[in-house]
Amino acid sequence: MSDAAMIDAKQPAIAAETKPWRAKGTRPFISVKNIVKRFGDFTAVSNVDLDIYKGELFCLLGESGCGKSTLLRMLAGFEQPTSGTITIDGEDMARVPPDRRPTNMMFQSYALFPHMTVEKNVAYGLLREGLSRSAAYERAGEMLRMVKLEKQARRKPDQLSGGQRQRVALARALVKKPKLLLLDEPLGALDKKLREETQFELIKIQETLGVTFIVVTHDQDEAMTLATRIGVMKDGIIEQIGEPREIYETPNSRFVADFIGSVNLVEGKIDAVAPDLMRIETNELGPVLLPPQPGYTRGQQVWGAVRPERWALTRAKPETNPNTWQGVVEELGYIGHMSHYRIRLENGVLIRASQSNRLRDEDPISWDEKVWISVQPTAFRVLTR
Amino acid sequence: MNALTRSAPWRGTAWMMGKLGISGRTLVIAIPMLWLLIFFLAPFFVLGRISLAEAIIARPPYTPLFERGPDGSLEIIASLENYRFLLADSLYRNAYLSSIRIALISTIFALLIGYPIAYYIARAPEPKRSILLLMVILPFWTSFLLRVYAWMGFLRSNGVINNTLMGLGIIDSPIQMMQTDFAVYIGIVYTYLPFMILPLYANLTKLDGALLEAAGDLGASPMVTFFTVTLPLSLPGIVAGSMLVFIPAIGEYVIPALLGGPDTLMIGRVLWDEFFGSRDWPVASAVAIVMLFLVVAPIMWLQSVQNRREES
Repeated sequence: MSDAAMIDAKQPAIAAETKPWRAKGTRPFISVKNIVKRFGDFTAVSNVDLDIYKGELFCLLGESGCGKSTLLRMLAGFEQPTSGTITIDGEDMARVPPDRRPTNMMFQSYALFPHMTVEKNVAYGLLREGLSRSAAYERAGEMLRMVKLEKQARRKPDQLSGGQRQRVALARALVKKPKLLLLDEPLGALDKKLREETQFELIKIQETLGVTFIVVTHDQDEAMTLATRIGVMKDGIIEQIGEPREIYETPNSRFVADFIGSVNLVEGKIDAVAPDLMRIETNELGPVLLPPQPGYTRGQQVWGAVRPERWALTRAKPETNPNTWQGVVEELGYIGHMSHYRIRLENGVLIRASQSNRLRDEDPISWDEKVWISVQPTAFRVLTR
Repeated sequence: MNALTRSAPWRGTAWMMGKLGISGRTLVIAIPMLWLLIFFLAPFFVLGRISLAEAIIARPPYTPLFERGPDGSLEIIASLENYRFLLADSLYRNAYLSSIRIALISTIFALLIGYPIAYYIARAPEPKRSILLLMVILPFWTSFLLRVYAWMGFLRSNGVINNTLMGLGIIDSPIQMMQTDFAVYIGIVYTYLPFMILPLYANLTKLDGALLEAAGDLGASPMVTFFTVTLPLSLPGIVAGSMLVFIPAIGEYVIPALLGGPDTLMIGRVLWDEFFGSRDWPVASAVAIVMLFLVVAPIMWLQSVQNRREES
């Protein structure tokens, strides 16, 4: 297949459904082993292990200063790891300078060359490969067509809008067909509406070209939308790696549960472990009854996490569910498709709950109403840290 | 409002300026404009007028512009004779060419030496950067003349360099360095180097490090990155620095007079000789006017080149 045909192909070359990380024994495409990066006394990245598979769109998610950008820069070769190894497609990157790596980076500031036209910016990398001028400009032109900027080819970067600059940066990073594309906050400088449109465009381009992407972002919505898998980082450590749904539904720590989306966190001790039942005595909700889960012992300190939308709000007391509490609607925020509630329990604890508004003419639970809230045992996520 | 702005003279002046349509802003700009007018344009016209006169032994030593004819009519005495004389005499032509050559070569050397220094300072971390900048400016705190004399101490036949080389047994007899073009180059490059470094530093310090990383990421070696990104982006700094070295160097008098030999021909020296040696003010004025145009022409050309680059 020619390059042009590959770019123009409408069908994704790699289906989004393939999940190589689920199959045991698949060889990872990028392998980060025990990587550490220290700047003086400060440890930016500590003992990170990470396997990324071919064709993935992997998001490193975390607040600023969590080490996600440092990890990305080590993959690009701009920073040397203090210890540990990085392997890309079986090749150890330890002694490979940035200009010899099979990676390209899209910078947060875009870093477009201000003295070159859009076309020259995109062709720059190809010319460095030793491609002839005509071939390089032809490929650059194809790439610009794909990001719908062929009309702006002769403009300088400062004559473009923010969204156009973002697409030039993407085209320039993709034109060399890198094995791995690194994107540092690729949508950070765009306004909300443009960002949402661009997210899906980015996914489409990634699937069409089949290039492995690693995206660094602090925006959880962006990570959830883009990623095949997310690595949540905090203080130089990857807290959890998983598909967006795993990260949201089964967070492995209070930090991840709280960082992704909204959550009600309660603290307690395991009160009883029986073959058919496990009971947690929580400070906020009193006893919570759950089906038995392996690995917990009596007296163990645990936390419980419940997403706001997992609560069922009813006027009548649910008869079958033992995990039921009564409270009063203290605040109510109607945002159209959803309503957010703050419910004050009898013991003074405030619970965040939300209900989707499916019916136009339903009689919604309103301010100061007495309500029963209940949670299914499977929606109560037990955390040990 | 303080007491000053409430006082009668202040208010009177403000009222009068308002009547004349002069705003405060105009006044602020007018002061430096007036300064330039008085101290640049006026002497320029005086020189221009003298250059059209004829040298006579009198005081002042040139013919007046206006003269009463025998019939009482007013005559204007002006000729381009001095300019024709400059063109005809190869001495002046050679002096101009030699000045341009020396200034050009000095500028190139200042650029080659100054660029790495400016780059290094611009990339240095903060406390170090300030110290390095101070070191560049430090020589200005001592007299220029003194520093040129210090170079004489180095370059003389029994100076520091020759003595060291002979002491080490590398040479048997001293190398002639004083009174050569080499010494003039050393003097000019040394003196004007800070004027090259400072605008280059100002430019290079603004260079976004991410651009260099981006070039590297796209496969450019550090060398290629320099020639395709750093150098083109620092062009305005190169032009500014080169101007600041070339323009004063072309009219330099003191350095060739002190360090140069009898055959180091520079227009500043010719000018001096004409004014104070021959007391031929008209020819000297013509020399100065021509030099002015020689200096202005390249500036205008560079300006237009830069404007065209910005437009495209």
